[in-house]
Parts: sequence; structure tokens; C-alpha cells
Amino acid sequence: MKRILLLALALLTALSLAACGGNGGGQTGDDESFDGMIKVGFILIGSKTDGGFSQAHANGIDELEAYFGGLVKTMAVENVDDQNRQDIRSAAENMIDAGCTVIIGCSYGYMETMAELAEEYPDIYFLHFSGSMMNDTNFDNYFGAMEEPRYLAGIVAGMMTETNKVGYVAAYPYTEVQIGINAFALGVQSVNPGAVVNVVYINTWYDPEKEKSAAQALLAQGCDVLEQHCDTAGPIIAAQEAGAYAIGYNLDKPDSAPKAYLTAPVWDHGAYYIDVIKKILDGTFSPESYYGNMASGYVGLAPLSDLVPGDVKAKVEEVKARIMSGEFAPFSGEILYADGSVLCEDGQTLNRDQIWEINRVVKGVNATE
Amino acid sequence: MMKITQRAELPKGREWAIRAAAVLLSIVFAGTVIAALGFDPIKVFAQIVNGSVGSQMRLNQTILKAIPLTITSMGILVAFKMKFWNIGGEGQIMMGAMGATYAALHLPPDLPPTAMLAMLAAASVICGGAWAFIPAYFKAKFGTNETIFTLMMNYIAIKWVTYLQYDLWKDPGSLGFPRIAAFPPSAVLPKLFGIHVGWIVAVLSVVLVYIFVNHTKKGYEVTVIGESVETARYAGMNIKHVMIAAMLVSGGLCGLTGMVQASAVEKTLTYSLSANYGFTAIITTWLGRLSAPAVAIVCFAFAMLIQGGAYLQIALLIPASVAEMIQGIILFFVLGSEFFIQYRVSFSRRAARGVA
Repeated sequence: MKRILLLALALLTALSLAACGGNGGGQTGDDESFDGMIKVGFILIGSKTDGGFSQAHANGIDELEAYFGGLVKTMAVENVDDQNRQDIRSAAENMIDAGCTVIIGCSYGYMETMAELAEEYPDIYFLHFSGSMMNDTNFDNYFGAMEEPRYLAGIVAGMMTETNKVGYVAAYPYTEVQIGINAFALGVQSVNPGAVVNVVYINTWYDPEKEKSAAQALLAQGCDVLEQHCDTAGPIIAAQEAGAYAIGYNLDKPDSAPKAYLTAPVWDHGAYYIDVIKKILDGTFSPESYYGNMASGYVGLAPLSDLVPGDVKAKVEEVKARIMSGEFAPFSGEILYADGSVLCEDGQTLNRDQIWEINRVVKGVNATE
Repeated sequence: MMKITQRAELPKGREWAIRAAAVLLSIVFAGTVIAALGFDPIKVFAQIVNGSVGSQMRLNQTILKAIPLTITSMGILVAFKMKFWNIGGEGQIMMGAMGATYAALHLPPDLPPTAMLAMLAAASVICGGAWAFIPAYFKAKFGTNETIFTLMMNYIAIKWVTYLQYDLWKDPGSLGFPRIAAFPPSAVLPKLFGIHVGWIVAVLSVVLVYIFVNHTKKGYEVTVIGESVETARYAGMNIKHVMIAAMLVSGGLCGLTGMVQASAVEKTLTYSLSANYGFTAIITTWLGRLSAPAVAIVCFAFAMLIQGGAYLQIALLIPASVAEMIQGIILFFVLGSEFFIQYRVSFSRRAARGVA
């Protein structure tokens, strides 16, 4: 008992000695010496170098810092499990304590915790990626019309598959994911009515191993083009190993598997971050549910790689132009769910709210939950 | 070549020297690694301390991390005192949380919070205890190995809760996202002095376990069985009874951790709720040498290390993996020192003579 007390004390003393030794007892860390305008803290589900989702956000963070040239300081806590509220709260409160007045949470599962925090810290702004909750003062959410580039990616896959089987590694059987699957499948069917889309749900956003093994399962089923709604480059790498093609997600990253990579539906988070921080700085911020699209530049399809033939490129360009001009939307015309019920009627175009009511997959998609 | 023998009791001074050397070595070693990665080691160590107790908010974070660790450690302590190696804290936390969640979602939400929370706590203790009862019963009845048994039961519990979350108890109102419904407000532990009252549960658990082990007949029996089963048998103790009773207490306390985390923190049940507390508690209990107050202090020191490490990312923009590495290095040396305190390592010549 006494021994362990002493042990703990020694540990503390040693650490505090180390602490005081270096800086004359003053504060360390650059947090106190910052004299810019605002500090922004990010909570990320993966690491900044995950080759996908979190890296796309990290790129946005870099753009934000570069744009304001030192006047905006950012910090980020990586690898925050979206199922663990203690960790989410801890990440947020630590950054608030370090002087952040804006907390940006980049995973759907952070939503309830952020709502709670927004109430407890009325002077801090909370921005939540992909969520649906907000309040009137300091809490809002942002997302984008990913269905648009997903549809274009579907065109690429539909024209390039030879087995007429396209694979899709998906996170959860959840609305956001099903919107993506459906938009992609509609794109595939628009150019290749006979092709099917096989979906494997991995029930997590981020797990490099699961993502890869799900991709391998799809390849074993005969899929020769893969698409994904999960965070890392695992599926693309699996496709390259099997000599198949793959379309990524989140960011343009051809170098992870150059022999498989075709393109990717991507986010431009930087554009949003710069815009929203400007608004917070000049006092014009008011909570909204931001929904960027291809026309606004928040989402897009990454440049098609050299593996994509010219006729596919031309087709993609044509449809892209029609989407950007507002002439065409992926969820329009007659669309049936796989169970035969109607998602969209002939002559109808789904609006944002209707799109976000999607709760299953469309015809031509084989998904087992 | 090398021979390892158990030491007789070391003089206190020597023990101390070994521990101090371990701490010093870990700091030097971690410091070297930090410097090699291009960070200033002194700044890093300063921020670990500063980040864990340097402000009210950081101190709160440290306490929040110490709460589940302490309650679980108290549960593990009771079993370890009897040399019943309960590696099943994770599973017992999960089942406790499951019991609490069932109560929270099925009792009328307009119950007075005190009654509601008491029911949740009772449900968690019963479920955690029941989960611990299984390996205890098998050990008492058939002499099964409890280490493997309790360890395996963790995975059953975690997978079971995963199944509940993804299927059986999935909230239909969550747009397909696998999530169990949130607790009603009456089932959420209130706050006192800015921290949820789990801290009172933690303090009480330390006091009660201390009293149980040192000042009750059952506690004494547990200690005797831990020292020597033969002695206990000779003294006419009902070993099977005591074993099962102690495991009910052990599992019950771990279950209570589940209730505290589910009610105060998560406000629901998730498959990652146990967050390795059941495993970390084994280390803290061992480092605290099975003494309740000492274990509590180790738990706090451990929480400091976790929170301080987390703060590094923010204060110095150091990647999370570096913070984890530092924690690993410190643990490695501190745990390693316990080995050298309990065992003597002698090299070739002396060892050869020892054998002869």
C-alpha cells in the first residue's frame, strides 16, 4: 500500500520535474501564445492519413489554415470511435479547453454528443458532418449531394464491367449509405440495364481489414468493378490485387492502387470550412443544414484515370454537364425499389427531403443485411 | 545461461530503487523516442501532466476516465484477493450495462429518478453478477480453469450486445443506423460538482471493498483462500460458497461500471461500451498490489496518463499514435519493474553454481 503510494508519487514527481525543468514553470504548448482570430477543433473518426474519409477532411483542414494564413489555428483529435461518447466528449472538451471556439465533428455517430455539448457550451459553435440535428444558435450540420457524383461513378462502372456484376462495399444499411448505393446503381443501369450491383455491408465506417475482406468477397462473386462507401483504400487495393477495377470514395487518390483506380466521388471540405469560418468571424453565421452539390463544388467526381476509355469519359462529361446545369437529377423518373414498391414516379424528381427518406435499395441491387 | 528464481521479500530500499530506476528509464527511453520523432521531450512530458490536471476541465476529464476504471478494479480486486483470476471484467461490464439498459427502456419513464436509477443499478449488479457466477460455479463444481473461462465469456458478452445493437434492440427510429434507443432523462445519472455522480459510486466502491476485504468475515475468508486453499479447508471454511459469493461481488461491481457508463456517459448501450476497462483494471489492480486505496490511486494515475496522452494531440499537435507509444513505454517499464522485484534473474556463472 505504502509502496504503491510512493510509486505513484514518484511517477508524478518525475513527470512534474520534467514538466517544470524545461520551461521555467511557465505554460508550454503553443496554445497560449496564439494571437490569431479563432481556433477550430476537429474530431475525426480515423487517422488523417487513412487514404480516404478522414484524409479528405484533413485536406480541408489544411486548405482552411492556408487560406487564413496563420490567423486561424486548427487542431484535430484522430481515431475517435463514434460509438463511444466518453471519447467524443473528451476530444471536444479538451479542444474547447485549449481555446477552440468552433468544434467540427466529422462522423454521423457524434451527433447526440454534439447536440448535448451545444447545449452545455452556448458560446462554442458546433458543426456536424452528415448529421440531421441542429439548433437556432450554435449547432448545425453540413453534407452534400453525393448522389450526383455517385451516379456518374455508376456510369463509369456500368460501361466498364465485363461480367455485368459490380461490387459495392457499404458501411451500414442506413439512409445515407443507401442513397449512395441507389444513385450508383441507377448510374450503372442507365448505361448497362443488364448489370447488377452486389452490396456487402460491413457495419462500420472505418475498418481497413473488414473493408478489404468485403471487397475480396465481392471479387470472388465475379464482380470486376468495385465501388465503396467506407473510409479507406482497402477495397481499391483488393481490386488491384485481383486484377479488377475500383472506384474510390472521399478523395482522389490514384497512387494507392494505380492499376485499379478509375475515379472517385469526392468531397471538397475545404471550400465549406473556409466559407463557414468566414461567416463565424464576421458574425453572419446562423445555423443551417448545408447541402452542397456538384454545381457549388462541394462534391464532385475526381478526374477519370487513364484506365478509362474515351467513350466513357465522353458519356460522363455529357451527364455531368446536365446535372450541373440542373437539367437532370439522379433520382428522377420512374424508380422502383427492389421489393417492387415505388421510390420515384414517372415525371417526378425527388427533393432533398424525399431523398433522405430512402430506406432500402432499388431494383437491380442485391444487398443482404 | 539465465536463471529466473522467485525472490524472498526484498528490503524496502531495494524495491524502491528498482521502481525509481524503472520510472527513470521509461522517461529516458520515451524521451529518446520522442526526440527521435522530432518533438521536444520536455515539452511533451510537461503537457502530459498539464493536460491531465492543468485546468478544471482537464481534471474533470481525468476523473471521468478514472471512474469506470476504479469501480471495475474494485471488482477485479475482490476476485484476485482469492487468486480467482477474473479476466472477465469486460463481459461483466457489458452484461451489467445490458441489464441497466433493459430496465431503462422498459420501466415507465416517468418513475422518480431515484427509483429508476436504483432499479438500473440493481439490474446491472444482478446481470454482471450472474455472468460472473457461471465461471465461478464451474470452477467450484468441476475445477475448470477460470482464466480461460472468464476471458472467453468476454467475447460472448460483447458479441451478444453487438447482436442486440444491430438487430434485436435496434431503434426503429434511427433510419437504419444500428443504435439502441436513448435512455429517458429519468434514467440518466445526475451531475454533482460538474461530474456525473459515478464518482461517488467509485469512492463508495473503494471504501466498501476496503471494509469487505479487511473487516468482514467473508472478506477474511477470501483472503485466506487466496493465501492457501489448504489452510482454508483445514479451518473448515466452505470454499465453494466463498468463491461463488466473492465472484458475485466481483461481477456485480463490474456490472455496476456498465450501468454507470451506460447511464451517465453513453445514455444507451453500445458494443464498445466496456472500452477495455475490464482489461486495464487487471493492470491497475495488480500494480496496486490488491489494496483498495492503492488501487484507487493507481487508477487515477492511469487516468492521468490516458488523459494527458490525449491532450498531447491537442497541445502539441502530436499524432495519437505517439501518445499511445509513450503510454506503452511507461507501462512496459513500470510493469517490468514488478517482475524484477518479485524474481531474481541470475546469469550463467552464478546460475550454474546455483544448480550445482
